Amino acid sequence: MSINVKVMKRPQGKSSYIRASLKGMALTFRHMVDPKTVTIQYPDQKKELSPRWRGTHVMETHDDGRPKCVACGLCPTICPANCIKLVPGEDDQGNRYPIVYEIDEFRCIFCGMCQEVCPVEAIHVGQHYENAEYTRASFVYDLDRLMKQTHPSTLLWDPSDPAGE
Amino acid sequence: MQAATEGLRELTGTSFLLISAVKVILVFTVVMVVVAMLTLLERKVSAWMQDRLGPNRVGPGGLLQPAADGLKNILKEETNPAEAHGVFFTLAPMLSIIPALVTFAVIPFASPLPTPWGVTGMIVADLPVGILFLLAFSSLGVYGIVIAGWASFNKYALLGGLRAGAQMISYEIALGLSLMSVFFVTGNVGLPEVVYAQQSMNLWFALPFAVSFFFFWISCFAETNRLPFDLPEAESELVTGYHTEYSSMKFSMFFIAEYAHVLTVSALMATLFLGGWDIPGWGGDDMLGFGADGRWIGADPAWWKTILTFGAFALKTFFFIMVFMLVRWTVPRFRYDQVMDLGWKIMLPAALAAVVITAATVLALDSAGVEMTRLYWGFVPLYGLALTAVNLVMLAIVLWVMDRGRTLAGTGALDEKRAAARALARRRAELRQSPVRPRPAPAPAAHTQRVV
Repeated sequence: MSINVKVMKRPQGKSSYIRASLKGMALTFRHMVDPKTVTIQYPDQKKELSPRWRGTHVMETHDDGRPKCVACGLCPTICPANCIKLVPGEDDQGNRYPIVYEIDEFRCIFCGMCQEVCPVEAIHVGQHYENAEYTRASFVYDLDRLMKQTHPSTLLWDPSDPAGE
Repeated sequence: MQAATEGLRELTGTSFLLISAVKVILVFTVVMVVVAMLTLLERKVSAWMQDRLGPNRVGPGGLLQPAADGLKNILKEETNPAEAHGVFFTLAPMLSIIPALVTFAVIPFASPLPTPWGVTGMIVADLPVGILFLLAFSSLGVYGIVIAGWASFNKYALLGGLRAGAQMISYEIALGLSLMSVFFVTGNVGLPEVVYAQQSMNLWFALPFAVSFFFFWISCFAETNRLPFDLPEAESELVTGYHTEYSSMKFSMFFIAEYAHVLTVSALMATLFLGGWDIPGWGGDDMLGFGADGRWIGADPAWWKTILTFGAFALKTFFFIMVFMLVRWTVPRFRYDQVMDLGWKIMLPAALAAVVITAATVLALDSAGVEMTRLYWGFVPLYGLALTAVNLVMLAIVLWVMDRGRTLAGTGALDEKRAAARALARRRAELRQSPVRPRPAPAPAAHTQRVV
């Protein structure tokens, strides 16, 4: 909802003080008895996020709890803020997995390129914005934390059409 | 009625002392609570005017917000500037809050209440010098502000204090002069007598003394340092003016003092010009109290009349408070020159002229034998209406003079001044051959030869 702000022209020459004051008081009185409040009472009432909203990251997991990430190294490469730290590992069957996967949410600019570039749809930006912490260090989200995020991933990504075709 | 009148006694001795003490405590408590609620009301009202919600977190609808504010202010750390004057720095908030509260003592807030020990006027101190006391104390209030500004050792605070002093001096005169006409008719400076005069005149003084009422109102805005006269604490220029250096409860005391002033002044205007606790069109509350001969003047007192009249008084006071708030959140601050112009160029001469004309009218009415208290043809308070006619004409003239930028130059008028100044500067620059043009070779010689 937008509020129309009327930009007044400055009175030229002689201006009536009394009539202008009375007019202004009538205006404020009208608003006092009939306030057109647009306040969103934040903690109780939350604003609906835009479908393009890109917030805190989520790491998708397989059903057995392993991260979907294959440690291909595309996201740390494309990340313009250089906020993703990835140390790839390989198990006995030759499957690659991330040993270390950290996202510094402070450095992140939430451009969503990691999500776009990910070949296995593992990392996503999410519909979330309440990220208060007590220390700076706790803004570096490790793999466990990224997998534990419960908020939905962004609407930019459609799970039924994961590759965006 | 006669029998009942003879049954009325004046309060004497111990019962007088006790009841006075009860009244003091009661009035003080009520005033402090109302002042606390006023801070909330102001925030709420301003929020509604600006399409916001206002404080609504503490208690139902934010009702306990003043309590939370008070607790916060008491628990806050108090900062004392190293170079502030210790004694006066502490004294200033007290000096500012006490006059604001003390003035309430002489305002009657309901009709007299009959008690088993005698009739007591619903006024803390029925001083015979009511309004004089009030004028004296309302002027004292500015001492707190000036001392605060001076003791803070801060240039902005000092400027705020200076402005408060200048403003108070300018508007105190108009305030006093506008009260003169009330004295003419009342013939007394006690506030209960003022209320009684309005009751017996069958017309509230707001109409017969419209000009005085108007000036008194404007002066009250200046006295309370509320917008549009809040130059002592002009945030955009002086940080917060005189209380820049104050924190925690000391700041809170200035804050409380401001609202106590608003409350007192609103109650005062209600008493002086809107009939005080008078309920319009009803003779049952026309009572003055005991005359000089010890006899009761006016209608019989009753406890329900006291409650009703208190309601009327509260409503009228509330009306003025709301206007204070409405004006505060509507009208921008005056420039300093505008404040002085309004005070000295309009209000002072106009108030003087109004006093003379009102006095002449009163004299003429008295010599023509028009009775003040009589209703002519059953319902026409001729005395009051004649004064009303004269005053409305004067008010129209005053408003006409004040309006249209005749005395107060509007913002647009500054543009003309600026344009004129620019033209003048350009002409001068041409005269003295501005340095943009190539000068003749011997520069120092040219410098001395130039004539402006």
